[in-house]
Amino acid sequence: MPRETLDTKLTQIKNEIYLLGSMVEQAVLDATNTLKTRNLDEARRIYEEDSVINEKRFALENAIIILLATQQPFARDLRLLAAMLLVVNELERMADYAKGIAKITIKLGSSDIDIPVRDFQKMAEQSVSMLHRSLSAFIEQNPNLAAAIPQEDDIVDEMYTKIYRNTIQYAIANPTQMDEANDILWIAHNLERFADRVTNICERTIFITTGELMEMNTNDDEEYLSEK
Amino acid sequence: MPSLLSNENLKINAQKFNLFYGDFQALKDINVDIPENAITSIIGPSGCGKSTFLRSINRMNELIPSVKTDGGIYLDDEDIYTQDVVELRKRVGMVFQRPNPFPKSIFDNVAYGPRAHGLKNKAVLEEIVEKSLTDSALWDEVKDNLNKSGLALSGGQQQRLCIARALAVEPEVILMDEPASALDPIATLKIEELIQNLKKEYTIVIVTHNMQQAARASDYTMVFNMHPDRSGYIIEYGKTSQIFTNPQEKITEDYISGRFG
Repeated sequence: MPRETLDTKLTQIKNEIYLLGSMVEQAVLDATNTLKTRNLDEARRIYEEDSVINEKRFALENAIIILLATQQPFARDLRLLAAMLLVVNELERMADYAKGIAKITIKLGSSDIDIPVRDFQKMAEQSVSMLHRSLSAFIEQNPNLAAAIPQEDDIVDEMYTKIYRNTIQYAIANPTQMDEANDILWIAHNLERFADRVTNICERTIFITTGELMEMNTNDDEEYLSEK
Repeated sequence: MPSLLSNENLKINAQKFNLFYGDFQALKDINVDIPENAITSIIGPSGCGKSTFLRSINRMNELIPSVKTDGGIYLDDEDIYTQDVVELRKRVGMVFQRPNPFPKSIFDNVAYGPRAHGLKNKAVLEEIVEKSLTDSALWDEVKDNLNKSGLALSGGQQQRLCIARALAVEPEVILMDEPASALDPIATLKIEELIQNLKKEYTIVIVTHNMQQAARASDYTMVFNMHPDRSGYIIEYGKTSQIFTNPQEKITEDYISGRFG
């Protein structure tokens, strides 16, 4: 096969992206779990191990740039490599949300504020399920699978809205815990943004397979505009 | 120039190697280490001495009467200029720019070298021909037509036949001078993948005008340049991945990004 070298290296990078994705999935599930266990040592571990994900992202970026420079990919190969650069960046940012949640666990310490643990776990599980399938769609270059995922972001958004409203009410009733309530909002925000970034990965799968750059799921903005 | 070799073994080493055509100095102070079982490409502007250096590695330049050299080139730490030249060229084979099969059958083309070295046993010759054609990724296309003339093959097939002919004498090093420049893009990619497979058994040094080919197909890249007096020297040598993403010399950067040369 004439492009065996390129194909072999593309497969290696795909596998590494899959691995990076599973590290990010685990980080956000573990971080969310520390809200329940309030295990500060575990939260510190998650916070510190974010650097492993950052290093892996740079290693992948470097490998992609070397392939672009040395293998002169065209057409679908070129779109795939350009999309990979973006996806590793998205994954790194998603890991930062996990790190952010771990940081809040540490900050809350033994605070007695009521954390909506079950809702956060549901948000995290939904987001991780979306990420997992979006990466499968990306690796397999399956546009149908990718196209079906962004609409599920609405589930995460609804949970975010629910937590947001409850937390604001709680803060009004307990003004001495305003600071902790703000932390709760940040956790919700991190999980909500985590799921938003899944949509970006799905958009890249469409780009690789069709060559079209298109935005998926702009519901958030439409709702905002109609409420106005 | 410092050695680059990390895990690889050193196969070829040039030390203060100079080459003159009469009074004209074509190569100046070439110091370089070439690793075993790797593909090293030589790139650089026209006339900078790439092919001259390549031909020095199996003493092809001696065929030109005015050539003088000093300094040394070492193969497995032995000075090639004190070795028997026939024995040297058996260890260091060469493939040229234009496919140049002999006007003989495919079988006889590949068997030519072993026969010239005195091998007569038909069964052994058949074995060598099959192995060489298999290693050059041509066997499946020609195995039923070994008596056909080598000249009847396509350009890409002829070049793979020439590679098989070079492999038949079981060299340790294969020098390639623009081996794909006369071929179409698909035949070129086939030769490049073939070279990737050959490096498991051989050390390969390839001169190419095609920078993209050096980028795609080699592990190390040597960049030649010309002094103001027109003698060639090595401006930079490094891992191909480094040379094409982060060259250390401005001249290399300008050359590989098409701004010079």
